[in-house]
Amino acid sequence: MLQQSIKSFIQQDQQIQYLLHLADNALILSHRNSQWCGHGPILEQDIALTNIALDQLGQARNLYQYAALLITEKTGISTTEDQLAYLRDVGEFKNCLLAELPNGDWGQTVLRNFLMGSYQFFLYQELQQLASGQLKAIADKSIKEITYHVRWSADWVVRLGDGTTESHARMVQALELLWSYTGEMLEPCDYEQGLIGTQSSYIKAAWEAKIAAVLAEGNLVHPTNDWMQSGGKKGLHTEHLGYLLAEMQFLQRAYPGLEW
Amino acid sequence: MEATIVKDKEKSIWNILETVCDPEIPVLSIIDLGIVRAVQVNEISDTVELTITPTYTGCPAMDMIGAQIRLALAEAGYHQVNIQQVLSPAWTTDWMSESGKQKLQAYGIAPPVATNFNQVYLEDLEIACPNCGATNTKLVSEFGSTACKALFQCKDCLEPFDYFKCH
Ligand SMILES: [Zn+2]
Repeated sequence: MLQQSIKSFIQQDQQIQYLLHLADNALILSHRNSQWCGHGPILEQDIALTNIALDQLGQARNLYQYAALLITEKTGISTTEDQLAYLRDVGEFKNCLLAELPNGDWGQTVLRNFLMGSYQFFLYQELQQLASGQLKAIADKSIKEITYHVRWSADWVVRLGDGTTESHARMVQALELLWSYTGEMLEPCDYEQGLIGTQSSYIKAAWEAKIAAVLAEGNLVHPTNDWMQSGGKKGLHTEHLGYLLAEMQFLQRAYPGLEW
Repeated sequence: MEATIVKDKEKSIWNILETVCDPEIPVLSIIDLGIVRAVQVNEISDTVELTITPTYTGCPAMDMIGAQIRLALAEAGYHQVNIQQVLSPAWTTDWMSESGKQKLQAYGIAPPVATNFNQVYLEDLEIACPNCGATNTKLVSEFGSTACKALFQCKDCLEPFDYFKCH
């Protein structure tokens, strides 16, 4: 468990909450993608997704390190990236629900990466303009990697959507399942307001245009339902996150402070 | 006088860093890669301050590179070394030295072709095969054996090869 005093501090500091939200998105998506390691449909794609997971883990680490540094400076209590990743419980994680859903099949996995990667791309593009200091630096660095991720996942969405009867049907199914989890990314919550509040309309419009273009190219009908799930950003998660954390955090929980 | 000594020390440190290799592509030194951004010697505290930029955020080689730098400098008598990692300006393949690119080519990895990162689609690039030199090559996968590489195949000699991606 994270020290109570750090926990209380995080609850009151919107900047830290925002950094943890960004970091949690990257970490949880990375963890899901890493679960494909050794199970990809062909070797090249197994390697591709593992590489993407590694990039996302790197992004998460930069964000946790920055958050840990700020917490240490502001509270005087030494805090590390590992504590933030491994010692927080479900209700303290602030990732979007989309990141934590199970992988499903390959189609569902590439679609999730496309929907979320596109959002991260436009978000980091905004952060390059709006943020300063270390957060801007992280955005500058991350967007280069995310550019490659989105190209890769968009290619797959088109290939499977516009592929065989079977692959098309799988993509339709995946789209139906994931769509209601996309709205949460585009709806800023209180701790996001300060930094990107007024700019969120750009992110939303750019994301919608990108998604519409790729779905059309992949011969996939754009979903019309607009009822959206939410809660992840505030710590209200699906039942899946607890299982994910149990596996991911096991070592640090069982052997606190263990290092390689 | 003192300023000259510091300058000489810094120059010798740059030379030592030429001998520290990327653990994943051992023909490249970290100078070839362009990840060393600054070297400063503080005479008063007898400390070496290094600034390095990671190639990729998740690059597992960075920790090892840090350890190798410390080892190489310790052998030369520099025991107090601070290594600071900075993310901005973000590392780019433009920082790779010309000799580094030639070493990559000779090693069998096609070097990055200088071009604007944002406009690059890998399938549109003309990448020469490091084995036979033919430009009749095709993209196999945008992600290769490590995060920094993509996988290509030569359609002339049929050899698969890594291409160091622009970043
Ligand atoms: Zn060839």
